[in-house]
Amino acid sequence: MSIIQIIISAIYLVGMIGFISVFALVAIWLERKVSAHVQDRLGPMETGGWHGWSQTIADMLKLLLKEDVVPDAADKPLFKLAPYIAFTGSLAAFAVLPMSANLIGTDLNIGIYYLIAVSSLVTISIIMAGWASNNKWSLFGAMRAASQMLNYEIPVALSLLVPILIVGSLSMQELVGAQAGGFWNWTIFGAHLGGGSFLLLPFTILAFVIYFWSSLAEVNRTPFDLPEGESEIIGFQVEYSAMRFAMFYLTEFANMFLVSGVAVALFLGGWHAPLPFLEISPETSILFHNLIGLGWFVLKAMILVVIQMWLRWTLPRLRVDQLMHICWKVFIPFSLANVLVVSLLAVLQS
Amino acid sequence: MSNYIPVLLFLVAVLGLTGLMMAMVIFLGPKRSNPDKELPFETGSAPSPGDARERYPVHFYLVAILFIVFDIEIAFMYPWAVKFRQLGLFGLVEMLVFAAILMFGWFYIIKRGALKWK
Repeated sequence: MSIIQIIISAIYLVGMIGFISVFALVAIWLERKVSAHVQDRLGPMETGGWHGWSQTIADMLKLLLKEDVVPDAADKPLFKLAPYIAFTGSLAAFAVLPMSANLIGTDLNIGIYYLIAVSSLVTISIIMAGWASNNKWSLFGAMRAASQMLNYEIPVALSLLVPILIVGSLSMQELVGAQAGGFWNWTIFGAHLGGGSFLLLPFTILAFVIYFWSSLAEVNRTPFDLPEGESEIIGFQVEYSAMRFAMFYLTEFANMFLVSGVAVALFLGGWHAPLPFLEISPETSILFHNLIGLGWFVLKAMILVVIQMWLRWTLPRLRVDQLMHICWKVFIPFSLANVLVVSLLAVLQS
Repeated sequence: MSNYIPVLLFLVAVLGLTGLMMAMVIFLGPKRSNPDKELPFETGSAPSPGDARERYPVHFYLVAILFIVFDIEIAFMYPWAVKFRQLGLFGLVEMLVFAAILMFGWFYIIKRGALKWK
């Protein structure tokens, strides 16, 4: 890798951090509007004019000007380190997310494996935050988070195996590249194996559904929001204030985009358009090829983010035993069987 | 290995940004500490007696141990998934045997009631 390439990727990564920050501001506003409209309210309407668009900017400024309280009983180094690890773990995964044909931090040959590995860092930071706070409710929240986020990593990783089996690569750009040329080539429709016979259709859709539901648990969203069940235990971040609290909040929204982005890249064609003529070929203009790709990627990811919000304000919260039951007795056996059936069909066809 | 340089750059950039935001709070935020503010926050009522870092149900440890077993299995399955076309039927049978042993363990923990939450 030459110096110029490294400089370009550094510029790209700084832009990526900016994009995630802007996304978090927009998504927090959107979440409040979606929740309000689901509940037949209007949500923020005052700040900034049109539908309170600058509400989250005002909130962020407010958090910047708040006092940073560290409780006396807290384990101070751990308490202060936890938001760093949460934010770093979440954003490090964005380095391999293929936003467009050339818009990717670095196309590692083990891209998706790296992504699964670094996004587990968030679990560690949550346990750190809950333990360091020395508050009973924080510790409850952290223990719930630990068991839930660890366990749901298994169905997530198992269902992501299905696209990897079909494409035969761990590189994010190769996984996306195999889905070019229209929505019928997307992995969710399983058309790569067996020359478009759609034999794998039920299994790839099952993998996508298991991935999406388990990723809701990974990012602590309803119906799996036990770690921060705000009406019962408040959550692991109860002792955090000012910017440290904002870091956890940003992490949650960055993770929402991350899991949606992975679903888009592996199952829904990544930055490819649903119909071939909606793309601009790289021969015509490399810039517009990338920009249109970025547009499709963000559009698809935003649709999944809005579905996550919609589910949050529609479904009730599960109990811990129901959560464990779904993970261990439904998702894990089904996703493991799914992987084996897909590989069996693939071997039989070749 | 040079593919990983952007990852390193990204980690440094994110840590720097986080540190910058934390530093801003130190300069911008007020510092008006008092003994009540330093107590554990339990939604307004006086903090319940005792330390938070006490014993909690063994179930949490149990699921952690079960997780490790299945996580290692996934670490084995990823390289197999990439190369399974070349491995063909042989690789598939190997993986089926592996999964069968694993699912035997899964049945065992369910029969022992390790996943029954009271």
